[in-house]
Amino acid sequence: MDDANTDLIQGTLDMLILKTLSLGPLHGFGIARRIEQISRGVFKVNPGSLLTAFQRLERAGWLDAEWRETENSRRAKFYSLTRPGRRQLERETADWMRRVGAVTRLLKAEG
Amino acid sequence: MSLWRQLTRGIRNLVHRDAADRDVADEVQHYVDEATTAGIARGLSPGAARRAAQLEVGNVTAVREAVRTYGWENLVGTTLADIRYATRRLTNSPGFTVVAVVTLALGIGASAAIFSTVNPILFAALPYPQADRVVMMSDIGAANSPVDVTFGTYVEVAARAHSFSELAVANAWQPALTGSGEAEPERLQGQQVSAEYFRTLGIRPAVGRDFQAAEDVPGGPRVAIVSERLARRRAGDSHLVGQSVVLDGDPYTVIGVMPASFENVLAPTADVWAPLQYNRTASFQTREWGHHLRMVGRLKSGVTLDQARREVAAVGRSQLAEFARPPWANLAGGMLITSLQAAMARDVKPVLLAIVGGVLLLLAIASVNVINLLLARGALRRGEIAVRTALGAGRSRLVRQVLTESVVLAFLGGAIGVLLAQAGVRALVLLAPAGLPRLGAIRLDGAVVIFALVLVTAIGMLVGLIPSLQVARGDPAAGLQHGSRRTAGRHHATRGVLVVTEIALALVLLTGAGLLWRSIHRLFGVAPGFDASNVLSMQVDASGHRYGPDSARYQFFQQAGDAVRRVPGVTAAAFTSQLPLSGDFETYGVQFEAHPDPTPDDAPAAFRYVVTPGYFQAMRIPLRRGRFFDARDDRNAPEAVIINESYARRVFGDRDPIGQRVRAGPEIGSTARPWDVIVGVVGDVKQASLAVGQQDAFYVPIGQWWWVDNVQSLVVRTSVDAKSLAPAVRNAIWSVDRQPITRVATMDDLLARSEAPRHFALVVFEAFALAALMLAAVGIYGILSGSVTERTREIGVRSALGASRGNILALVVRQGMMLTGMGVAIGLAGAVAASRAVATLLFGVSRFDPLTYGAVVAVLVGVSGVACWLPAWRAAKVDPVITLRAE
Repeated sequence: MDDANTDLIQGTLDMLILKTLSLGPLHGFGIARRIEQISRGVFKVNPGSLLTAFQRLERAGWLDAEWRETENSRRAKFYSLTRPGRRQLERETADWMRRVGAVTRLLKAEG
Repeated sequence: MSLWRQLTRGIRNLVHRDAADRDVADEVQHYVDEATTAGIARGLSPGAARRAAQLEVGNVTAVREAVRTYGWENLVGTTLADIRYATRRLTNSPGFTVVAVVTLALGIGASAAIFSTVNPILFAALPYPQADRVVMMSDIGAANSPVDVTFGTYVEVAARAHSFSELAVANAWQPALTGSGEAEPERLQGQQVSAEYFRTLGIRPAVGRDFQAAEDVPGGPRVAIVSERLARRRAGDSHLVGQSVVLDGDPYTVIGVMPASFENVLAPTADVWAPLQYNRTASFQTREWGHHLRMVGRLKSGVTLDQARREVAAVGRSQLAEFARPPWANLAGGMLITSLQAAMARDVKPVLLAIVGGVLLLLAIASVNVINLLLARGALRRGEIAVRTALGAGRSRLVRQVLTESVVLAFLGGAIGVLLAQAGVRALVLLAPAGLPRLGAIRLDGAVVIFALVLVTAIGMLVGLIPSLQVARGDPAAGLQHGSRRTAGRHHATRGVLVVTEIALALVLLTGAGLLWRSIHRLFGVAPGFDASNVLSMQVDASGHRYGPDSARYQFFQQAGDAVRRVPGVTAAAFTSQLPLSGDFETYGVQFEAHPDPTPDDAPAAFRYVVTPGYFQAMRIPLRRGRFFDARDDRNAPEAVIINESYARRVFGDRDPIGQRVRAGPEIGSTARPWDVIVGVVGDVKQASLAVGQQDAFYVPIGQWWWVDNVQSLVVRTSVDAKSLAPAVRNAIWSVDRQPITRVATMDDLLARSEAPRHFALVVFEAFALAALMLAAVGIYGILSGSVTERTREIGVRSALGASRGNILALVVRQGMMLTGMGVAIGLAGAVAASRAVATLLFGVSRFDPLTYGAVVAVLVGVSGVACWLPAWRAAKVDPVITLRAE
């Protein structure tokens, strides 16, 4: 993996976590890996930030957490999206799309 | 939803701290395990996979910490940690903690106690609906003092003024309640009131009904409203309504019971009310035109006090034919109208404000002490703080930590202070003079606790701010280099300010207390004009129908006196219509033949004493000229009058008053009334209070007065302990007839009771002064000795360089004394200014009394001297080599 551009864009981690969990419950390591895989290695998730983000999202009521056995029979804390979490994801996605569209338009106009 | 989650999760984490920690640790560990497994799956060796996983996660502890710092409960956590740390530090230095906490507790306890006492009297609204509209109305006496109103004035103002929705008058009334059967007759406290009285206050009877206007007419029905207290005592519940009670021998129908919560501020002990039933068209010679009623009104909504005053003044200026006015109730200057609350607080306000001032000073002294203690501690902690700063502790975190310690101290002090306050309030209520209004409402209430808490937090912040700012400002390098001793010089300015402040505050408080203390001693030194030792007094009531004609009543008092005189241990006994220093206050006009047209100012009313022969002997009032009354002065003899010494001198100058003619009492202006003759002059007697100068009095024998008073005071001089004879004397009277007997007290008791308000102020001030003296002494000693101790090294250097011990002592003491001098100068200025606040409470002592000021200054200078000298002496005594090496 190259070092450039591996940090997450400020404020997108929450959205990425929510998006990842919208596919189904997953534990911390799984979420980190999936974000890396889906972004094809562009984003590398810092475990500290990730776990702190879980705390925040859970407090906000967007995630639920539960200790469960994994397929390789370890105990892991699985996070799943709540109904408010799903709504939040929709909001953030829409917001994100709007911004990206705007920035893209700006860049194209500039170029 | 999320707020709820925040709260519940936070609390769960707080309660199950370990579980929460483990949860995070497990999660981090799981992450590492999965990363390792993934590494092995990628083909790494287990060891390499583990290293790679750890590299990815980083410092596991740091991650745990980072995750755990999320959430509000974490702030609580660090605060709790701060508190635990502060508590540990405080328990490690018990001396400091005890002194600081006791100091704060004294300051806070005293202020909370005083605030509790003062709040209902001066600040809280009276317990009536729209209490701010209830006003007290009085006629205007000398020097704008309030005088009770006449019924005539009430009738006119009620008819003509439109500022009031209700106006009412009340007359003090003490009916004798005689039960059925052989129950002891009981003297009740009560009021005869105009029908609007309860409506004016805005309180309705809880059971039954209020008075009606039709009942408040001469000869109206005998109806009564009673207090819940009395109803409960007599009937066990409220079923007294509709029943009959016998008051002063007449049956009254109870029509209502007031609610238990009803607070009757005009007569707090009143248990029974009856309609006044005065005559609205009475002639000037009747009681309707005597100044003896208290008048209250309720302002209409939207009418201000000033508007009411102006309207009543306008009514006073314009006289109407249908409202005739006698010269003594001419309404010319309008009336004094104040809120009822202000009227209630009028007499006690100066005392209470002086006490409030005193307690604020005490609080200030306590705070200065604690600031100093914390400063000294801050200096000691400099090294520790420097180390922590060097290790990366944030400045705000350090300030928060030091502040936490101050707040913990303040709360400890506050908690103990509130306990002290509770005890203090109880003591104050016990000590309080009977005249203190709203005594029943005084208690440590929620408002006071909030007041104390706000106060405590403010003090904690304030006291903590200075040391913590000092700490935060410090350069860690300088602190690390060398503890605190070399930087001590920087403290000097702060310490100097503290010394000067402390001494100035203590001086103001101590002079105030000293002046009051001297006053009360002067006051108790004033001779009352009679010999109070071994005199028993009691009020005997011969009202009621059995004593309809005066002759029967006269006979009863004669026989009762004879019976009492037969009691073993009694050496003399007599009756009087009013008793000195008992609260009796009854005056009548006097006209001397020598001054046929006395101006009102020149000949104010004099105290009337109708006495049985032997009264002067029993009271040991000295005869100055002429003779006492004796058996000759009966109904058939020419009417004899005795006046007091200073009165005689003022009226007659050097002329002999004996044989001069005088009219005293009713109808003095009437030429039809024959003149009485002055037969004797006796010594002055204090009637209202030892401090009140007015003592003009006339004495008339019981057989010659216009009527025989229902209620008379018996005075008994005894050869044994006066109090012990009370049952025997009462039985002697009851052997004649079972009449109500009240106010049994020795004259010594009455003397002390009449000075109760001053005594109250004195005791409170003595307590303050003692606390202030202690706090000031501890504080001054602490500050000065602290600053001297800080200079131990300098003293060592000086003596190593050859300074003699005397030199060093002189240097240190001179510097301390300079600060003390400044404090004394500022304090004296403050004390002179503050003495104006207690000026009205002083008696026989100038507010600039040099002795008080001198003594206080001497004490404070003495304390400062010891505080400088002792540590300097100790420092100078030590071998300089040891001092220097101690570094």
